[in-house]
Amino acid sequence: MSGPESSIVQFANVGLRYGTDREVLSDISFTLYPGCFYFLTGASGAGKTSLLKLLYLAQRPSRGMISMFGEDVITLPRAALPNVRRRVGVVFQDFRLVPHLTTFDNVALPLRIAGMSDERLKKPVTDVLEWVGLGHRSDARPATLSGGEQQRAAIARAVITRPAMLVADEPTGNVDPEMAVKLLRLFEALNRLGTTVVVATHDVHLLRKVPDSLIMRLKKGTLSDPTGALRYPPRREQTGV
Amino acid sequence: MSAPSPIRRGAPRFGDSARLLQQARIAGPMPWVIAIMIALTVMAAAGGLALSNIADNARDEIAGGITVQIVEAAPLERNRQAERAVSYFSNREDVASVRRVTDEELAELLAPWLGDVDQAEEDGVPIPALVDVRLSGPVTAARLRQMRGELSAEAPAARIDAQASWLGPVFDAVRSLQFLALGLIVLLALTSAAAVWLAARSALGSNRDTIEVIHHLGGTDRQIANIFSRSIGSDAALGGAAGLLLGLAAIFVLGQQFAGLGSGLVAGGGLGLLDWVAIGAIPVIGIILAVITARFTVIAALRRML
Repeated sequence: MSGPESSIVQFANVGLRYGTDREVLSDISFTLYPGCFYFLTGASGAGKTSLLKLLYLAQRPSRGMISMFGEDVITLPRAALPNVRRRVGVVFQDFRLVPHLTTFDNVALPLRIAGMSDERLKKPVTDVLEWVGLGHRSDARPATLSGGEQQRAAIARAVITRPAMLVADEPTGNVDPEMAVKLLRLFEALNRLGTTVVVATHDVHLLRKVPDSLIMRLKKGTLSDPTGALRYPPRREQTGV
Repeated sequence: MSAPSPIRRGAPRFGDSARLLQQARIAGPMPWVIAIMIALTVMAAAGGLALSNIADNARDEIAGGITVQIVEAAPLERNRQAERAVSYFSNREDVASVRRVTDEELAELLAPWLGDVDQAEEDGVPIPALVDVRLSGPVTAARLRQMRGELSAEAPAARIDAQASWLGPVFDAVRSLQFLALGLIVLLALTSAAAVWLAARSALGSNRDTIEVIHHLGGTDRQIANIFSRSIGSDAALGGAAGLLLGLAAIFVLGQQFAGLGSGLVAGGGLGLLDWVAIGAIPVIGIILAVITARFTVIAALRRML
């Protein structure tokens, strides 16, 4: 880590409110660095999903500054947002697989959006499906997949373009503990390839499973810093939460 | 996991988008709505063009035309004045042609109203002599006045009328019908655009979740709009082809029936090559209109999303 300029995400005094309600996120400031593994934790309703929405540009903040990959995304023209989004892989809490597409086509979707031909995308999609253990379910529709399989398909779709940052919202919320650990191992493998990983979870037991992770804790819309994840340079500590 | 190949950033289109949105094909009644609209537009356009041709042909036929009636009960005097009238017009330099309508033609012309013309004349119905004159250049009130003045000395029973003045109300009616056809075409185009707008919004609503996912994965408005444009384009092409066939069938049937009337005026309403080209262009214009409408609708709706 050479300095803040090497960061991939910077939030400064970010606030978010929906309509005229009170702020669901207040004075959020942090910096994410390439290649780090972050947990975003907090109780249900603490604002984890709202913060992730800001990270994958599904929402604009009510105030503050957000910079991603060197771009000020607050002032960035709307037409330029897709190029920033393509650098962020997202695993949604509810998977959001396209129901009428096969597993293969769901995973291939980001590549098709990026303009890759069917011929060229076949191998990377097959590889990533094998990687998540869904090689044998490539022709299955989401409705016929189990919860764990859907989760893995969603992860495969999120990582197929080798994004600079992976954002996962409660990725283990719908799977058993054994599968949860398996999924975390997938994230760790991706992290080792250089992708910054941000996993939102309310499961504090999960935090221990990734020893080098950095933790951001949300409580009633404000962020605390139990492991120094928000400081520069980030202090990599064993998570002992 | 082997690393996937690097992807192009900002690529403008999907490799294969046909399957992406399940109901992007704005299926159901949409092609049929477009077919009906195109068929009606084809019929209205054909009607408008036929009326235009009728008016043009009639106008050409009677341009410069005047009719001289010698309204004289005494046959000999009537004949004498008719000959003088023919002589008067033959000697004018601004007259292109002069022809006295023969008694046989006159009898045929009046037969529907008077029956046997000779018998009618014997019964005391005065039958005028007619002289058909075609002037060089337009018939103006001043020329008519001058000719009436000069001819009154030679043939006091002569009445000169411009042929165009008889058909003036017919031309007015034809013009009104042409405007009606144009209005119908505009209304049909607006209705078609509104139907496409509604269908596109409905398809957007039913695919909202998928569209949001595509957005979050970096899909652009243009890519999503392209899917809808292609979809409505193929629906419109299907509907346009069906509508054109329906419209042509209707034109053919109506054409046969009007041809059967044997009327000289209606016979001038046949469609020419350019008319058929214009009619053939209607579905193409319909497709373009539908695609543009769908595209603007989708892009306007997407702009309300982040």
